[in-house]
Formats: sequence, C-alpha cells, structure tokens
Amino acid sequence: MRLPLAMATIGLAALAGTAAPSLPAAAKDRVVVGMQAEPPVLDPTINAAAAIDSIVSGNIFESLTLIDDRGGVVPGLADSWTVSADGRVVTFRLPEKVTFHNGRALTSEDVRLAFARAMAPDSVNASKKIFQPIEAVETPDPRTVVVRLKQPTSIFLFSMAAGDAAITATETVEQNRTRPVGSGPFRFKEWVKGDRVVIERYPGHRHADRIRMREAVFKFIPDASAQVAALLAGDVDAFPVIGAPESLARFQRDPRFKVVIGTTEGEVILALNNARKPFDDIRVRRAVNHALDRKALVDGAMFGYGTPIGSHFPPHHPAYVDLTGRYPHDIARAKALLAEAGFPNGFETTVKPPPFTYARRGAEVIAAQLAQAGIKVRIEPIEWAQWLDIVYKQRNYDMTIVAHTSPYDMDNYVRGPNYYYGYRNQELDALMKRIDAEVDASRLHALYGDAQRMIAEDAVHGFLFQLAKTGVYAAGLRGYGQNEPIVQTELWQWSWAGQP
Amino acid sequence: MSIAADDGPGMVARAFRHRSFAIGAVLTGLVIAAALVSLFWTPYSAIELAVPRKLRPPSAEHPFGTDHFGRDILSMIMVGARNSIVVGVVAVAIGCSIGTALGLLAAARRGWVEELVMRFSDFTFAFPAILSAIMITALLGPGTINSILAIGIFNVPVFARLARGAASTIWARDFILAARAAGKGQARITVEHVLPNILSIVIVQATIAFALAILAEAGLSYLGLGTQPPLPSWGRMLNDAQTFMYDAPYLAVFPGLAIAVAVLGLNLLGDGLRDLIDPRLARKR
Repeated sequence: MRLPLAMATIGLAALAGTAAPSLPAAAKDRVVVGMQAEPPVLDPTINAAAAIDSIVSGNIFESLTLIDDRGGVVPGLADSWTVSADGRVVTFRLPEKVTFHNGRALTSEDVRLAFARAMAPDSVNASKKIFQPIEAVETPDPRTVVVRLKQPTSIFLFSMAAGDAAITATETVEQNRTRPVGSGPFRFKEWVKGDRVVIERYPGHRHADRIRMREAVFKFIPDASAQVAALLAGDVDAFPVIGAPESLARFQRDPRFKVVIGTTEGEVILALNNARKPFDDIRVRRAVNHALDRKALVDGAMFGYGTPIGSHFPPHHPAYVDLTGRYPHDIARAKALLAEAGFPNGFETTVKPPPFTYARRGAEVIAAQLAQAGIKVRIEPIEWAQWLDIVYKQRNYDMTIVAHTSPYDMDNYVRGPNYYYGYRNQELDALMKRIDAEVDASRLHALYGDAQRMIAEDAVHGFLFQLAKTGVYAAGLRGYGQNEPIVQTELWQWSWAGQP
Repeated sequence: MSIAADDGPGMVARAFRHRSFAIGAVLTGLVIAAALVSLFWTPYSAIELAVPRKLRPPSAEHPFGTDHFGRDILSMIMVGARNSIVVGVVAVAIGCSIGTALGLLAAARRGWVEELVMRFSDFTFAFPAILSAIMITALLGPGTINSILAIGIFNVPVFARLARGAASTIWARDFILAARAAGKGQARITVEHVLPNILSIVIVQATIAFALAILAEAGLSYLGLGTQPPLPSWGRMLNDAQTFMYDAPYLAVFPGLAIAVAVLGLNLLGDGLRDLIDPRLARKR
C-alpha cells in the first residue's frame, strides 16, 4: 500500500527539477494530514474558525508560547520568559536568529505591533479578550519584549500560545488571509480551495535541522466515509480527529494504522437560545437537561468515544467538577418542569446541527430523547458557513449542537446577550473577573469549580460530552501528540520511522 | 415479447402474459404492499432508537439487520417505501396535471400560447432536473414537501411536451372536424375528444416519471435535502450506511435493493403498459 505514494513522491521531486539521480530512494519526508473542515482564511488573528489554527498554528505562524501535549506552557517563539514577583510584568526573550518567511528579521517591535493590531479598536481578532489584561508592551531591545499587565493574570502565558496571538509581520497583514507569511518551521506553498493546503519546510528557521518533514499537505475531507476510504487507500497518512468513530475498531485491527485516543478541549453542548422563548425559562432548560441521556448519546452517536459532562469544563483539567449528576436522566421530572413552565404537553422546536458527525448524529439521538419528554424537535441540518452566519452571528436559532474547542472558554458565558448564547448572569460575570485575576493555583481551581456549578445551576445549555481526540495515523509515523490541549497540529516533531 | 393476439383473451389476461408487465406489476405491488402494511404494522419501530441493539447483522430476529442506532432495517425500508410512494405520487400528480393541462392548452390555442408554453418547457429542460431540484430545496430549505415541489416542478415540462405533441395529432383528425361542425367549442373538444385519446400515453409517461421521482427523492435525501430524520428514507439510509460500508455492508445493500426494485418495477410496468395500450409500437420493435 505504501509503494504508490512513495513513487508519487519521487515523481514529484523529479518534476520539481531537484537533482533527481542522487536522491536517496524513497526516503519519505512528506506527510498528508486529513482535516474535516477547510478554513475560511489562513490568518488566525482575524477569524474564530478552529480549522485555521489546526493548520497554521505552530507550523506557519508562531506564538510566544507553546502548549505541550499535557497542557503545559513551553517556549514557543520566545526562548524564555520571567515573571515579576507581583505577577504584573512578563519579560519574554526572543531567540537570536528569527526571520519571517519573506527573509526579514523578526524583532520585539513585530511582537509589539502584532499585539497592537489585535488590541486596536477596529481589530477583528476573535479572542480580543486574551489581550485585555495587557497595559503596555515595551521593547527595550530587539530581543526583549516586556509586557505590563493591568493585574496578575492566571492564564496569560497559556493564552499567548493561541493562534489569535500569533506574531505576524506588518507588511504581510493583507496577504495573510490567503498566502500567509509567518516565522514558523514551515512556510506556505499553496492553497487549492476545496481540496488542500500545502506547506513546506522553511530552511531559514532556527531549528530547520531538526525538522524531518520536507513537505506537508493538509487535505480537506468533510465526509466521514471518505475520510475512512482515504486512510485505507493510503491517500492520507494521518487524521488527527476522524469524523467516523465507528471506523476506529477497524483501524485498531489493521497493522498499517495506529489509533490514538486522547482528550480535546472540545465541550459538545446542545446550545439553547437563552434569548428566545421558551428557552428563556430556566425550568424549560432544566427540563431539557433532565430529558438528556448523555451515556446513551455518547454510545449512540460517538460509539462510546467521549466523556459525559455536566458543565462547560473539560474532565481532564485538575479543576474539573463532575456535575453530570446535577440533572439525572429523568423523564418524569422533565415533564413536571415543563408543566410548571406552562407546557404540560411539551412544545415544538428546532435544532440546527452543523455538518459534523457529532452534531448530525447527536441531533437524531437528542431529538428522540427529548421527544420522550414531549419536546418535539425538528432537525434542520445546516452547512458550516451558514452556521457561522445564521446561528453564530445572527443568533437565529432555537437549539444547535456544537463543540467549543478553545481551552478556558468558560468566558463565553460572560459575553452577554449579544453572544449567540443570549445568556447573562451578573454573579457569574463577577466570578469570572475574580478568576481572571487569581494567580494562586488552588484558589483558582476552587473558583473554576464555582463557575462550573453556576453554569450548571442555570442550565444554560444541555451539556453533553467532551469530544475525544480520535486520531488515526499510519503505523510508520512518529512524533504526533495524543491530546489536543489547544487547537494545533504542530508538525515540526513529526517524522517517519527509519528517517535519518 | 409482442402481443399479436389482439382479438384473443381479455385485457387483464393478456397483460399478465406480457412478461415485462407481469414482472413490473409484481415488483411494484411488492413495494406498495410494504408501504400499505407499514401504515398499521412494522416488525419494530422505524423511528425509536435502541442503541444497545445497534449494528446487528441480518438474523431471524432482524431479517435485514439493524442500523447504527439499533433501528430495524426492514421496518425502516417499509416506512421508507411509504415515503417514496407519497413523494412520487404527489410529485407526479403535480407535474402531470399542470403539464398535461398546459400541453392541451397549447395544442388547442396554437399561436403565441403554444410558443409561450413550449419555450417555457425548453427553458426548464435546459437545466439538469436534479441540479435544479437541489437548488430549490437548498433555497426553500430541506424537507419532504419542498422535495415534492422540486420534483413536481421539473415534471411539468415533460408532460407539457408530451401532451401537446399527442394532442396536436388528434386535433388534425377527422372526428375533431366533425365535432367542430357539430358546434362544439375548443374547451369541450379538448375535454371530450382530445384528452381521452391522449390519456393512455400520459399514463405510461406517469409510470416512468413515478420511477424517476422515486430515484430523485432518494438522491435528494442522500444529499440531506429530502426527507428529514427521524422519518426514514431510502436515500438517507444509503447516506448513513456509507461510513459502515466496511463493517456492516448490509446497511447499504437493503435500501439500495429497495430503490432498485421500485425503480425497475415501475419501469417494466410502464414499458408493458405502453406495449399493451399501443400495440403498433410493440410490433415495430
């Protein structure tokens, strides 16, 4: 099975005109990575789509810090950093030799400008909030960035790893949408819309000698069955998150593949439009939560891959509180709550699932579960671009199913009625403010626990399950992570077995 | 194959000696029977999920197996038959009634009315029917009713052309002249003389269109634009089965067979009907 691909690689190399005769035969240095969703643009600093980060973060663009497989903060673009005793001054040290892919040296001034762009009033950065604590950015010399914070901020170093905080070059801001120029280990080669994004090793990178892959292709395969077929045919070497959990057993039996199950930051929720009747009534939202059978949902829609959750927080985090028992599956209680809210015979509503397996299948299972409590759900499937527009922007929906894949994204609940949740709780707003400023780990975790309870108590949404990272990789592939603590597919550690 | 004995036994007996008509009638009857039975009985619920029973291969308990939500495939196919027939019948009824009426009008009035009707037909024909149906359902939103409308609309020109062509030849016949001489108006002649004479052709076409409509509905549902869950539909069953092709191929085989049986049955039936109704065509072949 491997042979055709190896031959194709040689063919490509020959076509490209690189002195073919002396090439070591079939030394594989190219990888094809399958992705479910195609990004709308390739600049992570102007758009919320996770599909952007999963391609460019840590590959084309670098952020000051990186998150390792276990969720720890490690050096990214910045070699090292120090935090002042009062927690309000963070000094990042940049490495000696950093250049953008256009050849220009990256200096502390670029960091300052990148942050200034993200923080500007007209900025469209999707995570402006992570820059909010910044009071000033100073650049005493080209290799030193001093960030002054308004107050000590618990997740500042973590959030600096996000694609939203990528360091971009001022002169390429315009072209980054489609032909991104970063400072990462790989540079952009081409984007064939609807099919693939190709990146290649950047020889000028400071760690270029450690990067094993010469070229990497991100191939977009939205259809779950096509994903399975592409892997089996050898067209794709890796699928970090495969959309067909039912196929995993098959890949596990196949020696050509390795199945890696890890955790993600993706909380799958049955989002309820809190601004709309009848979901503005907490009794209705609680009834929905009682009507849900999370275990059956994970079994039915995800073939058992996924951990039920009772609030908006990942179970692998040390501050996690298990609230799945807050609303036990109880149809009688759901019906009673509905009757109390004035719907003794239930009501009719709609769910708009985007085209992801967890959402489409989840919608069928949830519709059946809610029907038992008398809530008649009409399923209206919706494409991803439509979802971003109609559901996310226009907030024109009753219920939807979506995974929130960003880490520490509980602050979605303080975005107020203009966010698509349509939810506001001033107590939670105050609590989140305290969380933002808390730097002591144990106190911070206690506060996170309170926030989880508050959100669960308000039954803002139907909290469903934590998305598992169901990765399938060619057996010879090395260096990939197990988990997805932040949305990224860094390839700089990837290699093929037997590669020099 | 042909039926030479025009003066032989009665129509029904003759029909069943016609091989393709007989096979077609049996297959179509099977589908209709499944749909009718499903109205008051299916082996299991075709809608309720039973996850613990999921992906059971065919057995005595579940002759066609169960799907990824534990639903009985046989039950789903029975209810799916009902769905296909409803969509097919209503869509063809829309196309047939409007189309035939337009065709008759064109043949009766000639002149600019005929031009208008025929150019409208050409215009609609210029778009591939299934693509246009996809466009319509994408605009109006997915669902059974919208897919019926989409399929129906694209049947209109088919029937309009057919009816106009057939009606035009009737209008040139002597008995029409006689009717005119007797003082009958255009409308009356159309209803009393033209329509009965073209009805057989229209019925044959309707059978074929019915088969195509079932296929179109399966196509739209496969793309997620037709019948929506939880109501089962053959097309969506095929789509759902895709990711299980390697592990549970029967999930795709049975709905696929159901579509094949329905379409083949109706096509053979239409073929046979045409031979029976218009023996001249049969002999020419």
